[in-house]
Amino acid sequence: MNAQATTADHAHHDDHAHDHKPGFFVRWFMSTNHKDIGTLYIIFSIFAALFGAAFSMLMRHELGDPGIQIAENGHQWNVWVTAHGLIMVFFVVMPGLIGGFGNWFLPLMIGAPDMAFPRLNNISFWLIVPAFMLLVASAFVPGGPGPGAGTGWTIYPPLSGGGGPGHSGLSVDMAIFALHLAGASSILGAANFITTVFNMRAPGMTLHKMPLFVWAMLVTAFLLVLAVPVLGGAITMLLTDRNFGTAFFNPEGGGDPILFQHLFWFFGHPEVYIMILPAFGIISHIVSTFSKKPVFGYLGMAYAMVAIGVVGFIVWAHHMYTTGISVNTQAYFTAATLIIAVPTGVKIFSWIATMWGGSIEFKTPMLWAIGFIFLFTVGGVTGVVLANAGMDVSLHDTYYVVAHFHYVLSLGAVFGLFAGWYYWIGKMSGRQYPEWAGAFHFWLTFIGVNLVFFPQHFLGLQGMPRRYVDYAAPIPPEHLQGPFVNPIEKIQWIMAQDYGQHLWNYISTMGAYLTGISVIVFLLIVFWTLFFGRKVGGNYWNVQPQCMTLEWTLSSPPPFHQFDIQPKIK
Amino acid sequence: MALSGGYSAPVTLAISKILTMKMFMHRILAALTVLVATALPAFAFEPKPGDLGFQEAASPNMVRLHDFHDHLLMYIITAIVIFVFVLLVWVCLRYNAKANPVPSKTTHHVLLEVVWTIIPVLILLVIAVPSYKLLFYLDRTAEPDMTLKVTGSQWYWTYTYPDHNDLEIEARMIPEKELDTYIPDGKGRRMLETYNPIVVPIEKNIQILTTASDVIHAWTIPAFGAKKDAVPGRTNETWFRVTVPGIYYGQCSEICGIDHASMPISAYAVTQEEYDNWISCVTGDGANADYPSRACVQKLGFDKYRSKQKGHTVTSANTETTTGAAE
Repeated sequence: MNAQATTADHAHHDDHAHDHKPGFFVRWFMSTNHKDIGTLYIIFSIFAALFGAAFSMLMRHELGDPGIQIAENGHQWNVWVTAHGLIMVFFVVMPGLIGGFGNWFLPLMIGAPDMAFPRLNNISFWLIVPAFMLLVASAFVPGGPGPGAGTGWTIYPPLSGGGGPGHSGLSVDMAIFALHLAGASSILGAANFITTVFNMRAPGMTLHKMPLFVWAMLVTAFLLVLAVPVLGGAITMLLTDRNFGTAFFNPEGGGDPILFQHLFWFFGHPEVYIMILPAFGIISHIVSTFSKKPVFGYLGMAYAMVAIGVVGFIVWAHHMYTTGISVNTQAYFTAATLIIAVPTGVKIFSWIATMWGGSIEFKTPMLWAIGFIFLFTVGGVTGVVLANAGMDVSLHDTYYVVAHFHYVLSLGAVFGLFAGWYYWIGKMSGRQYPEWAGAFHFWLTFIGVNLVFFPQHFLGLQGMPRRYVDYAAPIPPEHLQGPFVNPIEKIQWIMAQDYGQHLWNYISTMGAYLTGISVIVFLLIVFWTLFFGRKVGGNYWNVQPQCMTLEWTLSSPPPFHQFDIQPKIK
Repeated sequence: MALSGGYSAPVTLAISKILTMKMFMHRILAALTVLVATALPAFAFEPKPGDLGFQEAASPNMVRLHDFHDHLLMYIITAIVIFVFVLLVWVCLRYNAKANPVPSKTTHHVLLEVVWTIIPVLILLVIAVPSYKLLFYLDRTAEPDMTLKVTGSQWYWTYTYPDHNDLEIEARMIPEKELDTYIPDGKGRRMLETYNPIVVPIEKNIQILTTASDVIHAWTIPAFGAKKDAVPGRTNETWFRVTVPGIYYGQCSEICGIDHASMPISAYAVTQEEYDNWISCVTGDGANADYPSRACVQKLGFDKYRSKQKGHTVTSANTETTTGAAE
């Protein structure tokens, strides 16, 4: 069977021109080409990001003023919170960084003709599409007190359970199935990446010569294979609790809601590194390319990621400091969590040291990379604050946490996505974006997201809890309600009140509108680039030999099947 | 506490050196803090528009949280962020393509790499020691003077006073339009007041036991430095000791359904004598009122503790509602 297929392939190649592409349907719906599948993932990620961003715009608009503006009720609000979180994690960041850039550039960087299991690669992508459809549809079927799952992305029982106080409708079941499919997709993709890295590197490319993006993907793939099945188990138990009368998480039947939290976060904490590690890899290459220097401390960089991956598995209960776990357990998880700061610091300092002595060009990808390094540091130090179990008495489940994880994810992983897009779009499409537009998009986003998230630290310190549809503050007079009023007069009115959480919510919302505009700017850049962008050659960044990775040795876009002649690494 | 002993001499020495450095920074920043503090309003046991930091502390628990966060963590993280920012700005200015056309070939510097691994470890040790002291202090009190059992339900809190024949108080949020009915001088805080507030004595170690009847909730009062999840099927413990009489607020801190934002915690902290009077009132005369705790709080004049809160002018329309709604 296998031999037959190989023979047929050979015959096929002999018959046709070198760069023969299949017809539209076969090429895009039955693809076995890693670059095409990567493209599908990126298109999917951008598409899903529009949904995720739409939910965040709804939420920020709702919180611009105290009182209820547009949410039907608190349940609909909870559905937005849940949908935003699940979409951004599972359908934007993961498909974008891992499925998109991972698929595109991991084989190119190791000199492989494709992924190890091209058909497995295809099903990984096509599992995530119905997963997304199930998740979006879950918002429209009966859930709790209204349509949709309003549980938060953490789906803690008993709120996510089937009983009266939880969600008796079908929506949580659909969300669980969505996560099953997305999880299966991730596990298959991860197995594919691991196999590809271990078996298909070009001759001479030892593990210690692998580009850092490949290292990042390898560690990420291991985290996925080890963590996602635990989520699968937890949500399956939740599913049987809901539908088949088991009581894993139901105290009335001898179960324990806290058990779910342990299982969820045993997955959930590695998951945050799953989202950030590929961005680490991308940033390393961009910093190196535009500083015209090899990455400083290559081995330290690679093993820092390994260390982050390993330690990432033994810190999960820092998400649960206030659940009633014993004080000694809290003490252990505080220590383990603080340790993560060390390899993270190594990465930050090594990036700066890479730039040190370099000859830096501030092209758009480099702007995103420098922005990433700074904002990830801000998110990192608030992580050190939150690592202390004692501090969580004040900060757990407040906006401080929201600010922290958006600094490392929204301003970290998503900056990594944009950095990668600007760095590689010329390679992927053969066309280049206009430099001024990329820089404009960067600064608009940079200012916007900082306006959104920095004030949320203050809200959190003041004690404002997360996932609140309405907050403590007097309602402003009618002529000062909404976004389109004189901001000076509005702020003066807010500051004249004796109490309230209004001011920073208002500033945060104004930042969200600015960020919304930057999303539109990005879409315009995407279309302009793909249709009118300047055509570029193979090494359009003029990547220096000391920073070279194999994708720059190929044309832009690379041939449909690359590396007919296997590259050799010295 | 369990971890406070047992450090080897060199580590202690290193820590004390860093601490001396810290003291120096502390002085500079303390001066700044005083400047900022004078600009703040006097009463800050509740969220204030434009405030940047924690609510004011009303318990030794929160005082220690303040100390740890404001006088240690904030210095360290601010210094780190400024350090990284300055480094980034420096490399961008000094090593841009114009200023430095020929890139160096350095790719390793073992000493540097060791240093930027070791120094963060030392900084973390400086954080960890007070962090553990704080953690073990906040965990529970060895000598509770009284116990308050808190049960979270969708979407209200039930308080049981086991020291007073399981006296029960059910606390639901007062909607905005009724605030002026129950809180004098327009001082009612939207989304924060409950019909029945809890009342606790000052200068007493109060043990809090939390549980829930349906889904997970979380009970907290930020100014007290106390927060604990209320989990069905479990009883969790925490504690606080209020040092300043006054009115304090908290909000449910674990997503619990449609009205998650509408189950606040409001507490009057009063003297022991006033507390005893309140107990006799809610178990005696006041027991038959619609809202016994509120009736007794009003009768005993505890709203005097709101003197530092500013209210809005109560309009006559609101007064009419008052007469309509009250018995």
